[in-house]
Amino acid sequence: MRRPSLGRWGGALRTPVGIVATIGVGTIVVLAVIGPVLWSAEASRIDLNAVSQGASAEHWFGTDALGRDIFHRVLVATRLSVSLAFLATAFGALIGIPLGALPSLVGERLGRAITGFINLAVAFPALLIAIFVAAIIGVGARGAVFAIGCAVAPSFARLTQTLTSSVIGADYVAAARTLGVRRVRLLTRHILPNVAEPLLLTTTLAVGEALLALAGLSFLGLGVQPPGYDWGRMLSEGIASIYVTPIVAIGPAVAIILAALMFTLLGETLAKGVAGHTTSRWDERADDLVPSVEPPDETVDIGDDALVVENMNVAFPGGSWPVRDVSLRLRRGEIVGIVGESGSGKTLTAMAISDLLPPTARMTASRYAVLGRDPRELSDAEKRKLLGRSLAIVYQDPMSSLNPSLRVGLQLGEAAEFHHGLSRAQARERSVDRLRAVRIASPDVRLRQYPHEFSGGMRQRAVIAMGLMVDPQLLIADEPTTALDVTVQQQILRLLRDVSGTSHAATLFISHDVAVVSQLCSRVVVMYAGRIVEELDVDTLVNGPAHPYTAALVSAVPTMTSDRTRPLATIPGRAPGPFDRSPGCPFVDRCPVATSRCRAERPPLEPLGAEGQRVACWHPLTADALREQALKAASEREDVAV
Amino acid sequence: MAVLLTVTFLMIHLVPGDPVRAALGPTAPQELVVVRRHALGLDQPLTTQFARYVRQVAHGDMGTSLITGEPITKTIRARLPATLELAGLAFLIAVLVAVPLGVAMAAMTHGGRRRSLELGFTTTAGTFASIPSFLLAVGMVWLFAVSLRWLPVAGREGASSYILPVAALAIAPLFALSRIVRVEGLRVLDQDYMRTARGKRLPSRLVYVRHALPNTLTATLTIAGLLLGGLIAGTVLVENIFAWPGLGGVLVQSVSQKDYPAVQALALLFGTLVLVINFAVDIALGVIDPRSTILDS
Repeated sequence: MRRPSLGRWGGALRTPVGIVATIGVGTIVVLAVIGPVLWSAEASRIDLNAVSQGASAEHWFGTDALGRDIFHRVLVATRLSVSLAFLATAFGALIGIPLGALPSLVGERLGRAITGFINLAVAFPALLIAIFVAAIIGVGARGAVFAIGCAVAPSFARLTQTLTSSVIGADYVAAARTLGVRRVRLLTRHILPNVAEPLLLTTTLAVGEALLALAGLSFLGLGVQPPGYDWGRMLSEGIASIYVTPIVAIGPAVAIILAALMFTLLGETLAKGVAGHTTSRWDERADDLVPSVEPPDETVDIGDDALVVENMNVAFPGGSWPVRDVSLRLRRGEIVGIVGESGSGKTLTAMAISDLLPPTARMTASRYAVLGRDPRELSDAEKRKLLGRSLAIVYQDPMSSLNPSLRVGLQLGEAAEFHHGLSRAQARERSVDRLRAVRIASPDVRLRQYPHEFSGGMRQRAVIAMGLMVDPQLLIADEPTTALDVTVQQQILRLLRDVSGTSHAATLFISHDVAVVSQLCSRVVVMYAGRIVEELDVDTLVNGPAHPYTAALVSAVPTMTSDRTRPLATIPGRAPGPFDRSPGCPFVDRCPVATSRCRAERPPLEPLGAEGQRVACWHPLTADALREQALKAASEREDVAV
Repeated sequence: MAVLLTVTFLMIHLVPGDPVRAALGPTAPQELVVVRRHALGLDQPLTTQFARYVRQVAHGDMGTSLITGEPITKTIRARLPATLELAGLAFLIAVLVAVPLGVAMAAMTHGGRRRSLELGFTTTAGTFASIPSFLLAVGMVWLFAVSLRWLPVAGREGASSYILPVAALAIAPLFALSRIVRVEGLRVLDQDYMRTARGKRLPSRLVYVRHALPNTLTATLTIAGLLLGGLIAGTVLVENIFAWPGLGGVLVQSVSQKDYPAVQALALLFGTLVLVINFAVDIALGVIDPRSTILDS
């Protein structure tokens, strides 16, 4: 159950805006109370020697047609203006809230009719409702209060209705219902207390609106009637002489705006407090977090490689450092996999390589080259050309990666149109060709459809086809098969293999699934907590990984020979998050062979045993015995955990 | 529509006391009141009156003014264009400025960049969106017409006389709408498909206009429809300030003179306008959103 907490509101009120709003509203209330008591005499003193004067030291806001001081009249009018606004709001709440609560109390059909009526009423401009109600009830202050009340009632009703219908679906209300609690009691006991808070906020905002609306009505001559006066009335008297003494109209106008603004600010401040919007602190810049980058090792030749990154880091403001010191190298035609749990930094690594990080992220790398050129050193246009023509990305979620408002044909064709200068028709031809390549039937028809008309597997194939439109040299596939069922998954994998075979493109294949990666890739990079912990070829991955984490990952994959009476192996514990700054090996808490050295000192990624294998571990599982021991320990722990 | 007809019909009967007596004033002779009441059909049973009202409205007859004795349809025909012109122009300007402004602000402040610009924009927009049109009008008259004498104070003569009323009407909805567009824009820019669009390395114009804009339209249109209704209501106040020869003046006059048939007719007219706008927005949403099934059925 949500309970109003003063602490939250108190916090919101202590912000600068909150303080201003509180003081403002306080002043208005004080003025409304003491204004008429103190200044009634000055406000109504007729001085025929000072008729319709402009601003002066004596009359700050000038005088009206009878020589009465506008400034004092504005102060005195505070009480009438504000109290009428409060009355109107109260009246509106009194009608609106019960009306809004009604649909949840009465039967379904009647409830729907009431909801329909509320929706209709909300669509009508409040001012129109107010004018027509004023017409019926009669012109005057009383009429205006009722009129504005009726005008704000629909929004109260709508809010109450939305809130109650959401609360009524909650479990505890359902529980109360099964216990046979009567409807009215249900409303007063269970529902209203839970919607009271937002309603209170709305009331604060509504006072501001009512203040403006009342001023409008009085201004039109449909509100307060002489000799009574509120700000709106004074404004309409002032506008008549705006040529001669504009200040006479400006004074009341400023009063109206200030008062309404204060109530609105207070309401919004409170609402922010409730919503828990804390302004995030940005005192830590992302740049300061990542270690300064060492100059690249110039002796290493980039050569003809499709992609080279060295010592790449990605950090976000606030201390998050999700990608740490990652070095990667992709030769042309090679398929390299990145495996790791979710949160290990795989996707961010891919996005950093693709220059598609969110705007707040900071990326540093001692070397970063796509087809031998560093995108960071290029102008925007050159970078667009290099990456647009040579790099394609197949995104993780085919459901959200296609634009729902655009036809598939346009989304496929546009990159080729822009980067290869194809005409609409040529782009279309190529799109048909690529859709056929990913085995989508009747591509002509499909191109004219919207993404929602595609099935999940088809969308993923369309996203792949989209990547192939520009004949990429480097294809980055971010979990392209995760959302798909096994048959479609196999088709996609075959397709990716065909692509890299025929076009000689380098492919970076990202997955959390060791089985899929070992099926497709020739080389695998294992990431853990933002770092590469092991890099090895697929044979070594299957037969003898050196890092305990890799070994655990591999042993977690069920095979045909797995003992099915035992639970599937999992790795106990959790990976450290992107904020972790501990000095040791990130895997130390979950590692079966960890020692005190692992906790104190982080192992570097260094070559080991097999060709091209690199591992970051003080105790790599080189001997079979060691590996056996590690796996045994892991499975014993598993038994305890189960 | 049926609800609207019923409500406007009942309006005249909800007036406490005798509406005809109230309109003609306490000094009017009793015979005149009886004659006028008979002329309006108010002495007949309620159901007969309602049937007559519906029949009249269906034939485009909105009744006769109690005060001037002229058919209200004639007044409406003479005054409505000026009002629609004002509201239409203001709406057009509001939408044409608000959408690009909102999208540009979303693009520039996306992902927590340019905090000061964001704060500046939300503060400015929030302030202007909450200043009602009539106060803005007063301020602008004072500044541009009285102090600087650049523009006429009131009336409807020549293009320059349009500037102040249209601006007074347009500014609040403009900022209200641009805030909505910005928030919508920020939501859209966070979507995966926007990353896809960026991934194609298209020029940013294409990314924002082709990929982001259409996805903000649903919310924008819905709000714009509400704003247009509000604009039509806002004309009442603004017309008053600028002595604009539209329906707003007629409405205020009718209300204060207790010319009930006229108020009834205007309520029906304004109500119908609002309904038509809502309907038009629904249709437009159906056309724009490819997922919508409104048009298929």
